[in-house]
Amino acid sequence: MDDQTPLLKTPLHGLHLSLGAKMVPFAGYDMPVQYPAGVLKEHLHTRSAAGLFDVSHMGQVTVRARSGNNADAALALEALVPVDVAGLGAGRQRYAVFTNDDGGITDDLMITNRGDHLFLVVNAACKEADFAHLEKHLGGACVVTPIRDRALLALQGPLSEKALSILSPDVASMRFMDVISTTLVGAECIVSRSGYSGEDGYEISVPEDKAEELARALLAIEGVQPIGLGARDSLRLEAGLCLYGNDIDTTTTPVEGAIEWAIQKVRRKDGAREGGFPGAARILAELQNGAARRRVGLKPEGKAPVRAHTKLFADAEGKTELGEVTSGTFGPTVEGPVAMGYLPKSHAANGTTVFAEVRGKYLPVVVTALPFITQTYKR
Amino acid sequence: MLKFTSEHEWLNIENGVATVGITNHAAEQLGDLVFVELPAVGKSFSKGADAATVESVKAASEVYCPLDGEITEVNDAIVADPSLVNSDPQGAGWFFKLKLANPSDADGLLDEAAYKELIA
Repeated sequence: MDDQTPLLKTPLHGLHLSLGAKMVPFAGYDMPVQYPAGVLKEHLHTRSAAGLFDVSHMGQVTVRARSGNNADAALALEALVPVDVAGLGAGRQRYAVFTNDDGGITDDLMITNRGDHLFLVVNAACKEADFAHLEKHLGGACVVTPIRDRALLALQGPLSEKALSILSPDVASMRFMDVISTTLVGAECIVSRSGYSGEDGYEISVPEDKAEELARALLAIEGVQPIGLGARDSLRLEAGLCLYGNDIDTTTTPVEGAIEWAIQKVRRKDGAREGGFPGAARILAELQNGAARRRVGLKPEGKAPVRAHTKLFADAEGKTELGEVTSGTFGPTVEGPVAMGYLPKSHAANGTTVFAEVRGKYLPVVVTALPFITQTYKR
Repeated sequence: MLKFTSEHEWLNIENGVATVGITNHAAEQLGDLVFVELPAVGKSFSKGADAATVESVKAASEVYCPLDGEITEVNDAIVADPSLVNSDPQGAGWFFKLKLANPSDADGLLDEAAYKELIA
């Protein structure tokens, strides 16, 4: 995107400005990076109460089988993702990745079985490419419909259930990765019990003309505060979750990216629907034999944050380069720096010390199991 | 004598030694600081060189040496508690003391009125 392209606005843009948000360009949108409370307090508030995030920049799209049989849509989509879509029950959601022929990841996404169709949520920066990819490969068997008139809100944190239940009691009994239709502020909404902070919470697809009313209704509930993209990043990093474009991309496979948990047995070697997705040869082999490098959690021993693209070395003299940090920040809940990055198999075991080059110094960093916090999903 | 730089530092200069910190405006713009790295006492810097580093949750920023000089003292309290820089940037949140190589160089810096105009 060049500098001349005007930034897009979500349906909550005016609300962000009225709340005093600091706005920054993100994936072509003018988005709130923080509100007056600031990243640190917004992060801690989300973990202790409830945070409201505008994620309307993300892409929403439905896939409907032309046959009318949703199982046909599921099987068609399985040609693009190494995930069990056909086995996903109605009203359930699952994490997935689109892969390319080299086994690289072209985006990560959520897939929901809505009973008579599939509903996908994809990343903002990739959405137009994803829509085209879906149309190209599934357009024959399915009707692919990008949804451009709905906003997406996320409500995250331990008070989320209590807060959202005030607007609709239906949401209280939902479990992690359940998806329902329910009415909020008079609008037909799609609510999933999920999110990207490591906390219990919900994501809410709402018609754009009711988005601000819904956001204001939620913010009026005690304990709910607006949270910007800054805290969204530190929350997801503490939770060990990947940011597409940083931690996983076209140069990383699902096994290198340590997200092979998203590939169910049925799509693996000797599974009933083994392979059949782009890059299957490489990905199935890596599932059997391991990948040469892995995404790992990294805990710097000192207090200095170790940021993305910091080089990692085997030694404190910077002689043997091993890889680099893909995300790194200060974790407000951890009360110290946290990072993720790629290391060769030889250095990827938990407890291994490697050295990060920060301003000419080589700082010890310990390979650490992810997540850095305890996830509190309601399973 | 209180002086400012266009890089949002303040200098309180007494007998050729400047106490240096970042301005209220800079502290506000940076947001809550979580890490501060200060230079070694005895080290000399040229004007504009990276003398200290501050980090918020989001990003790292450099604090430039405002004039040529030698570090004579640093404020370890802000290393132990970076939030001091946010709560009192022009007082308890000072960074370091700099013995100016040429005290008259300070004449080229901004006075308070000129700095206020800069950030207005």
